[in-house]
Amino acid sequence: MTPDPSLAALSDTLFSVSVAVYSLAVVAFCAQLAFGRRPARELVAAGGAPAPRTGADDISSDVRSPDAPADVPADGTAGEPGAARRWGLLALALTVLGAVGHAGVLVARGLAADRLPWGNMYEFATAVVLVGVAVYVVLAVRTPGLRHIGLFVLAPVVVAMVLVGLFLYADAGPLVAALRSSWLAVHVSTAILGFGIFFVSGIASGLYLLRSRPEEPRPGSLVSRLPGAAALDRVAHRTAVFGFPIWTFAVIAGAIWAESAWGRFWGWDPKETWAFIAWVVYAAYLHARTTAGWRGRPAAWVNLVGLGVMVFNLLYVNLVSTGLHSYGGVS
Amino acid sequence: MSLAAPPRPAAPPPPARPSPGSRFTATLLRWWRRLTAMRTAIVLLFLLALAAVPGSLLPQRSLSQGAVTEYFAEHPTLAPVLDRLYLFDVFSSPWFAAVYLLLFVSLVGCVLPRAVEHARALRSAPPPAPRRLSRLPDSAELPTALPPAAALDAVEEELRVRRFRVVRRGGANGPELSAEKGLLKEAGNLLFHLSLVGVLLGLAAGKLWGHEGSILVTEGQGFCNSFQQYDTYSSGALVDSGDLTPLCVDLEAFEAEYEPDLTASAFTADITYGAPGEEGRSTTIGVNDPLRVAGDRVYLTGHGFSPVFSVTLPDGTEFTDVSAPFLPSDQTTMASQGALKLPDLGPGRDGQLALEGFFAPTGLVQGGVLTSIDPRPLAPRVAIVAYEGYLGLDSGIPQSVYSLDASQIDSGRLTDVGRANLSVGEALTLPDGTEITFTGVREFAALQYSSDPGQGWVLAAAVALVVGLLGMLLVRRERFFARASAGPDGAGSVLAVALLTRGSGDAGPRLAELTADLTAALSGASGRPAAAHRAPSPDGSAPRPEDASRDT
Ligand code: HEM
Repeated sequence: MTPDPSLAALSDTLFSVSVAVYSLAVVAFCAQLAFGRRPARELVAAGGAPAPRTGADDISSDVRSPDAPADVPADGTAGEPGAARRWGLLALALTVLGAVGHAGVLVARGLAADRLPWGNMYEFATAVVLVGVAVYVVLAVRTPGLRHIGLFVLAPVVVAMVLVGLFLYADAGPLVAALRSSWLAVHVSTAILGFGIFFVSGIASGLYLLRSRPEEPRPGSLVSRLPGAAALDRVAHRTAVFGFPIWTFAVIAGAIWAESAWGRFWGWDPKETWAFIAWVVYAAYLHARTTAGWRGRPAAWVNLVGLGVMVFNLLYVNLVSTGLHSYGGVS
Repeated sequence: MSLAAPPRPAAPPPPARPSPGSRFTATLLRWWRRLTAMRTAIVLLFLLALAAVPGSLLPQRSLSQGAVTEYFAEHPTLAPVLDRLYLFDVFSSPWFAAVYLLLFVSLVGCVLPRAVEHARALRSAPPPAPRRLSRLPDSAELPTALPPAAALDAVEEELRVRRFRVVRRGGANGPELSAEKGLLKEAGNLLFHLSLVGVLLGLAAGKLWGHEGSILVTEGQGFCNSFQQYDTYSSGALVDSGDLTPLCVDLEAFEAEYEPDLTASAFTADITYGAPGEEGRSTTIGVNDPLRVAGDRVYLTGHGFSPVFSVTLPDGTEFTDVSAPFLPSDQTTMASQGALKLPDLGPGRDGQLALEGFFAPTGLVQGGVLTSIDPRPLAPRVAIVAYEGYLGLDSGIPQSVYSLDASQIDSGRLTDVGRANLSVGEALTLPDGTEITFTGVREFAALQYSSDPGQGWVLAAAVALVVGLLGMLLVRRERFFARASAGPDGAGSVLAVALLTRGSGDAGPRLAELTADLTAALSGASGRPAAAHRAPSPDGSAPRPEDASRDT
């Protein structure tokens, strides 16, 4: 069937809209971090959004001396000035709004081409980023203290979206014969989920590495606004623990599909090889997390290597090397 | 491997030296311990990941012999060196095998003792509570109005609801309770790691007893499963060619379907199959949809066109319906290249004839150059060069059936005697009067026969692996201890409680949750509102040394 041009155009518009909304969210996250370290009276003087002194916000912000930028609690935004809290909520709301538009990109694509919207690299990468955002939103809703990493999730998200839009864009079109299989739904969906989860996990480990440097962060610096090192490490580990079985399943589903599509379940095709490498690196990360001498910073580095491998697998293997997985659609 | 040991009063471990004569055994043992340590496992995992890298960056023989040959041509000095290091056969190289075999030895050495220990743990009661519960990283004190025994009863009840295994002991420091749950986590861990061994064994079986052959079959033709018939084949070391499943496949018709934008949407091949000499059964195979018989599979892996010619010699001898598959060089337009060799032109003619050329299913000639603009055979055209002379087929050097031997042309033994762009029905007349007519086109299918007796085992092991992984990662393994002592004012009692978890490392919040419920249960049982208890901070974010004895 021929793709529906108006739906395809809608999808492209939504892509730009969601990038714009995410960018606003980044601004709001910046404001959250910036106001988070200023006493409330300065805010009023600076002509910024005046923080109405009401209710619980006040109590929590008055509990501690405004000059002492004490550790941000891991599981609550209690100690935070009201303005910062409101900026944080606005940022989160914008993130959710952006994610809705972002999901719309894929839905419109899927409807336009009448198929699952992950048949080429553009759609795959877009979906991965969406999963990353969704994982962040879930974390931020469940653990308010983690909203503070929003800037560090959303900024890479915006960069990734812009790069995807610029370099990986492919027109909505029908799937090649090899992709017309119900395993597309199973294998590619789980690969997208796993990748998106590892994306957030890698960011958490990266922030952990910043936060856990032996020297104290400068009071008031961005790093000092981050959740505590242990909380970041725990988020990184939990998300990786969640992503690992999904990725394992994605690899196995890929092998089952390869058996019916290519005549063998495993043939060390470059994409398969890198999926395997990523899997082994994440297994090493999970081991490192529970092994004396590797816990902490070394383990976090392993997690970052894992994310690097995932990105390499997406970009290098699709764009540079040749293999059976050449469905990128990028010319 | 045990749960985190509670801090114990320092007791210097006596260095139990083995008898002096067994230093060799001691060394061996030390190396074995080192090999089966988790630290080594991490390093070996890294090595495995690293070892796989060149296999994806350099061309591999197992994937494309052609790409390797090309690499040799482009890097004539480097390639032989890389080849000596098995870098074109990474995944069957001895060093790759060394890494994964070491890893698997380490794994078995690490996991089997754990399995034994786990079997023992399943049958034994949870261990006694450590002496000073308040020293454990996650501990709390719950005051209650109940007397010690009744308080522990209430706690036990609450724990049993949560499916802990509970034992009560009358320790020296007061009545105590130990509880444990989540043994499935350990079972999952063992299942996962042993399944990895299963995957490896299945893979090895497939390599040893499996075979694979591929062949191009033109419509109306067929093949039987024997190594002589395949264009290319590979087989495991333990395959006896007499044991191949007797199966013949004939290609009745091939069909390719396209979307309006010329994306290929479906390839299907109508085939009949059966044992040699048997009445064949008909079926249709396609991309993602192989034929499965007797544990073996027949795949449709590609397709292409065989242009058909008729050749009339000057003396009137006619060869009709001669054709050869032309291999597609561009999958989107199916522009193809190939060669047709006529080594035997009949008695009295010792010259040989050959055509080499380019085929376009929908051809467009611009400035004398033929290009293909559509993968469907709407207006087939060929651009051919005719050669006469000696093909070199019996020279003993194997040559490709898809191209002419360039050295025969270079040496002048095969000479260019004419060229033309032909559409169906048109003919090229050579200087000697030979007439070559392009009469039509037939489709061919690339078929692959695969037999892998290990793959069912690999699948079973992979399923077990996922099940084990879920058990290992989702089940929480916890030990809970409580000890009751008389309350400070003589009435009621104080419960010291502590929680140990493994893997998740977030015992703090868990303990907070549990103590809240226990407090409610205790006050419910005593009929009095709960007294405030010293609970752990719920955030649990303070950096805390995690369980120290995870290393095996
Ligand atoms: C093929 C190689 C291996 C892979 C892919 C692998 C994978 C894994 C994974 C994913 C975990 C889960 C970690 C967690 O609970 O978060 C794990 C746990 C574990 N692995 Fe492995 N492993 C391998 C080899 C080994 C070897 C060689 C050893 C022993 C030397 C080992 C010992 C353990 C132990 C003891 C745990 C439990 C850690 C804990 O829960 O405290 N593994 N493994």
